[in-house]
Amino acid sequence: MEFIVASSVGALTAAGIYLILRLRAFASILGLALLSYAVNVFLFASGRLAVDMPPILSKYGNGGYTDPLPQALVLTAIVISFGMTAVLVMVALGAYLESDDDRIDMDGDDMVGEGDAT
Amino acid sequence: MNHWIIAPVVLPALLAPVIGFVMRHDIVLARTASIFGTVALFAIAIGLFVMSAGDPQAYYLGDWPAPFGIVLVLDRLSAMMVLLTSVLALIVLLYAVATGWDARGRHFHALFQFQLMGIVGAFLTGDIFNLFVFFEILLIASYGLMIHSGGRERMRAGLQYVIINLAGSTLFLFALGVLYATTGTLNIADLAQKLQAYPAEDAALVRVAAMLLMIVFALKAALFPLQFWLPGTYANAPAPVAALFAIMTKVGAYAILRVHTVVFGPGVEATDGLAQTWLFPAAIVTIAVGAIGVLGARRLMPLIAFSVLGSMGTLMAAISAFTPQATTAALYYLIHSTFAAAVLFLVADMVVARRKSDSLAVQAATQQNGLFAALFFAAAIAMAGMPPLSGFLGKLLVLDALRAPEIMAWVWTAILIGSLMTIVGFARAGSQLFWKSVSVVPEEAGPDDPLPEVPPAAGVAEVAPVMVAIGVLATVTVLAGPLTQYLDQTTAQLFDRDGYVSAVLGTAGEE
Repeated sequence: MEFIVASSVGALTAAGIYLILRLRAFASILGLALLSYAVNVFLFASGRLAVDMPPILSKYGNGGYTDPLPQALVLTAIVISFGMTAVLVMVALGAYLESDDDRIDMDGDDMVGEGDAT
Repeated sequence: MNHWIIAPVVLPALLAPVIGFVMRHDIVLARTASIFGTVALFAIAIGLFVMSAGDPQAYYLGDWPAPFGIVLVLDRLSAMMVLLTSVLALIVLLYAVATGWDARGRHFHALFQFQLMGIVGAFLTGDIFNLFVFFEILLIASYGLMIHSGGRERMRAGLQYVIINLAGSTLFLFALGVLYATTGTLNIADLAQKLQAYPAEDAALVRVAAMLLMIVFALKAALFPLQFWLPGTYANAPAPVAALFAIMTKVGAYAILRVHTVVFGPGVEATDGLAQTWLFPAAIVTIAVGAIGVLGARRLMPLIAFSVLGSMGTLMAAISAFTPQATTAALYYLIHSTFAAAVLFLVADMVVARRKSDSLAVQAATQQNGLFAALFFAAAIAMAGMPPLSGFLGKLLVLDALRAPEIMAWVWTAILIGSLMTIVGFARAGSQLFWKSVSVVPEEAGPDDPLPEVPPAAGVAEVAPVMVAIGVLATVTVLAGPLTQYLDQTTAQLFDRDGYVSAVLGTAGEE
């Protein structure tokens, strides 16, 4: 199980970084989504992997429990990354509609006369 | 338990939704509420500043004992940063209201309050995961402020800014995961305690976490090689927002100061010397990049953005020494450079609004050329580090603190040559904008041409916030003696790891 979790985190991260480096808005959004999946799985695993254990102490069980804190962290991270993705999509859409282009890098326009500051 | 500690977080958190939902159609009401809220924040910050005189105080949310619950910690450093934020916010807000920037898009005031909540929370928190949450709050508000009032260049610069910060947030979470997996806690005081006893031979993962955290904070502080986002963002953001962002890079600097001094700091065997080794060269290169950018910029806003970059390099060079004397110098320089950057952006905005373009080409002088020239001159000598304003004292303190033989040659060369280049860059920009423009004769309007549109003169309400900020710089200069004494005590408290740990974990009584 460790191998599957570790390699899936690795694959998701690699795919995410590759997509961000494409420098296109849509690819970058997908890349950041993949990265956030990777980090969520990673955070989940930081409390050690355990099968069939509740994240709470139970007086009926035989004492086994898994660390609940990473699960709380993952929940927070999921909520935040969900909100951030929504914002990112809106900003990317706005940038696309303004400039008719979804490239992320900006063309060199630190030139006299070009670029409007206000 | 002192409940005032959470007040600067709760106040903007409650005010922002009210402004956003209830007052969104009435800009006057929103302005009033926002100014009122920021003044109240300022008052609270002064109160906290007074209260922070003694030992660090912890605020346990929901009364859960540390390290199980989230804690906020008020000590001298965090109180000072909160006060700094509130003063800057008040200046920027008054300027934005006076110039009408806040009415050029929607929800400026709601986003502004959320931004303050995030910044203040990041300064007060005593828990690294909570620091991440407050980072996200200040970032999500800054995304909205960055693209306020829209425009092609601004939207594209905003998109870059959002993406690089989201990648940074992901890295932050990876760092936290590693840290939790190795130490089993995310409370700063608890981490500090556990890592002191951490065996050096098992420390590989801890070192990874320390480096990842440093990369994330360096991204926020715009340290080389992660500085690429800053010129584009600051140059394309609305000027009052760029002025407020002057404190955002300092959040990164503060986080490095807090985490890499208290948790991974000097004397921790597991991560000994790690931060110094990497921060120092990065800071030197950042100074160089900033200085070269100032010389090379052909527009006013990028010029200022690069000068901010250079000042971050100077600040981080001082922080990277991790000695009490250098940290005192860094804190003094931090206060100075925040206001210097804000003043520059606000003055530049007044000029650019009347020139219609921020290119450094010579064109006919605007109204009130003399006033703008004087303000720009004052701001530029502050930023470049010339006497009589506080930049000179700040750089002097930094140079004096960094006299260890192995780094002295690098630091002194970088800071002194960087300052010279910044002076040249600002002198060139100032003479193009204000001096040569006087000799330009405006073209005679033909009989058929429409009358040229004359922008209104800058009123008292616009100039006053800038004057106040320059006044703060002057005060910081005049009161440099008492201020550095205060900062000395702040630094002593920051380096007193045991005092911090016992105050937060409540073990003070047992010793």
